[in-house]
Amino acid sequence: MRTLKFLLRKEFLQIFRDKLILRMIFALPVIQLILLPYAATYEIKNITLSVVDNDHSEYSRKLINNFTSSGYFQLVDNSKTYADALDQVEKDKADLIVEIPEGFERDLIRDNETIVLFAANAISGQTAGLAVAYANTILRDFNNDVRIQWMQQPRLNAIPAIDITSSNWFNPQMNYKLFIVPGVLALLVTLVGFLMASLNIVKEKEIGTIEQLNVSPIKKYQFILSKLIPFWVLGLVVLIIGLIISFILYGIYPEGSFWVGFLFAGIYLIALLGFGLLTSIYADTQQQAMFIAYFFMLIFILLGGLFSPIENMPDWAQYLTYINPVRYLIEAMRMIVLKGSGFWDLRYHFLIVTGFAIVFNGLAIFKYKKTV
Amino acid sequence: MKQLITFIKKEFHHILRDTRSMLVLIGLPIVQLLLFGFAITTEVRNANIAILDNSKDEVTQSIITKIESSQYFDIDRSITSNDQIEEAFKTGKIKLAIVFQQNFQNELSHSNKAQLQIIADATDPNQATTLTNYLSSIVKDYQNELNQQNKLPYNINTEMRMLYNPQLKGAYTSVPGVMGMILLLISAMMTSIAIVREKELGTMEILLVSPMQPGLVIISKVIPYFIISMINVATILILSVFVLGLPIEGSLFLLIASTIIYIFCALSLGILISTVTETQQAAMLISLLGLMLPVVMLSGYAYPIANMPTILQILSNLVPAKWYIIIVKNIMIKGIGIEQIWKELLILLAMTGTFLLISIKRFKIRL
Repeated sequence: MRTLKFLLRKEFLQIFRDKLILRMIFALPVIQLILLPYAATYEIKNITLSVVDNDHSEYSRKLINNFTSSGYFQLVDNSKTYADALDQVEKDKADLIVEIPEGFERDLIRDNETIVLFAANAISGQTAGLAVAYANTILRDFNNDVRIQWMQQPRLNAIPAIDITSSNWFNPQMNYKLFIVPGVLALLVTLVGFLMASLNIVKEKEIGTIEQLNVSPIKKYQFILSKLIPFWVLGLVVLIIGLIISFILYGIYPEGSFWVGFLFAGIYLIALLGFGLLTSIYADTQQQAMFIAYFFMLIFILLGGLFSPIENMPDWAQYLTYINPVRYLIEAMRMIVLKGSGFWDLRYHFLIVTGFAIVFNGLAIFKYKKTV
Repeated sequence: MKQLITFIKKEFHHILRDTRSMLVLIGLPIVQLLLFGFAITTEVRNANIAILDNSKDEVTQSIITKIESSQYFDIDRSITSNDQIEEAFKTGKIKLAIVFQQNFQNELSHSNKAQLQIIADATDPNQATTLTNYLSSIVKDYQNELNQQNKLPYNINTEMRMLYNPQLKGAYTSVPGVMGMILLLISAMMTSIAIVREKELGTMEILLVSPMQPGLVIISKVIPYFIISMINVATILILSVFVLGLPIEGSLFLLIASTIIYIFCALSLGILISTVTETQQAAMLISLLGLMLPVVMLSGYAYPIANMPTILQILSNLVPAKWYIIIVKNIMIKGIGIEQIWKELLILLAMTGTFLLISIKRFKIRL
């Protein structure tokens, strides 16, 4: 116990000695947590629109007007021909082309049928899909107005209709920040903890101070604990600061219990730091440790469910996420913060991260050799 | 010149000796590109939903069958009452629940109106909206089939064109994004840590007192990493075209020339990081903790820049990956030439110049 205390004092002194590192550990996550969640929005407001109106009729003008007054579209261009409009898309000036054919109004009223062309820049399939979906809604509403104008009411009502009502639980205002902030925070805590741990032991190797530790009568588990505890404390402090920022800036207050959250984050950090230390034990140089850390971090992040939902991934990728510790932290944070999930709801998450913690740290203790 | 070549050779030996790092540096882009090309998708599939059928009649059955056969949804059948819905949401078992009212079919045929309720887990608002929309359109399709006999007059049909990406392949978005991200992070990381390492271990002084000019010392350290980056570019492009099915509509020469400029930009960013830090640990924190998330989130890869608040739109201009992603999309997918990307190229060149200028200035002060 006394040995551990001395070792811990040494580690803490080392961390606090390097003021630049210490500042970065706190400043970098804080700045990012303040800024980045505002970037995460899929809500499309200003789809740029290029219109080719070949009809110039009352109806075509009314349809265009419906587009511009919907709030989703911003009319940036009136082109004479489709080719001109295409040019606008090529230059990234317009996202969507709406072409109204000649005789649009006449065909609709006289022949009961006409056609409108939508062409979207589909390099991003998602944006294109949304743009076309909005455009369709506007067109359908316009079409209904036309029908109401020309048809007698009873005929419309005679059709059996399924009345779909939808409600959104846990986040009725559909506030994307409630979703993204806990995820970003989970990631920043992970980055800080993992990077610090993965460089730590290998740094002592590179500088040569590890030999002094190896010849001293320190037990292996004491050594690993002395490396783990300081970063564990750091990680939790970053988490607490992050929670305070989420509350002040985004008004996010966990629905569920703080204690369940801390307990989970605590166990998770032990697992993650164990993995970091394992990286450090395996690596020969800090450079090598950094590349390995980068490799795992980027995969952990992008397969963590922060940016794209895990259930949308193909099966093989979903299986991969089962061994991604970050996935469990992001999920648990979101569940506690938004759904108010309790310990029992998260029992499997707890079990799995505890398993990770035992395996990684067990391996770290086992793999750490007191010889160089 | 001979000195320079000897130096470069020495650096190369240094890098090649470390097989583990080499493996990561060369293998990483391959793994990441394949992983993200195939795994990261915003397409909905396999969403777990629960159906609470309070009516159990022909109509509800056929709607359920329609939903089942759509491939977007996996139906969880364990829910039999309203109370179980909340619990299923809380444990994360389902993303959405559908509740059919009692006597669904009866209501539909007699009062022309039957109620169906969709409850979505809006923790992820985006996903919730998408799933709700998908489900509504399945139900509406079914309803249209029912009403086929009384087809509506005054019909506006639509013709849809999905320009550049008619099959809506996710790789068209993800590959340019991943290229921008991987090349920037790897290149910046490599140079930042390589130079700081010499500082930390004290070998930098030895190099600088040698008859080589400091500038040449840096160049000789950067060239091997430049070559590694070019190997990465080659593997990325080959995989993108032959495995992920991306076209190279424009000039391959222009694409490679732009990529070289981008890599120089990233390498010089690494040099800049190494001049402002003293330890490898600090360099790593800046290039990973400081760069990774901003590059992912502000480059236009994960989220469209046009929707961001003005401040972030301005900040995004500082992310080199943003400009490179525009260039790659224009050349590879749209197939347009230099006349559309010269501005972006100039910006990247200006960034490279600025990074190098600051680095050189700081370097002289210190040594």
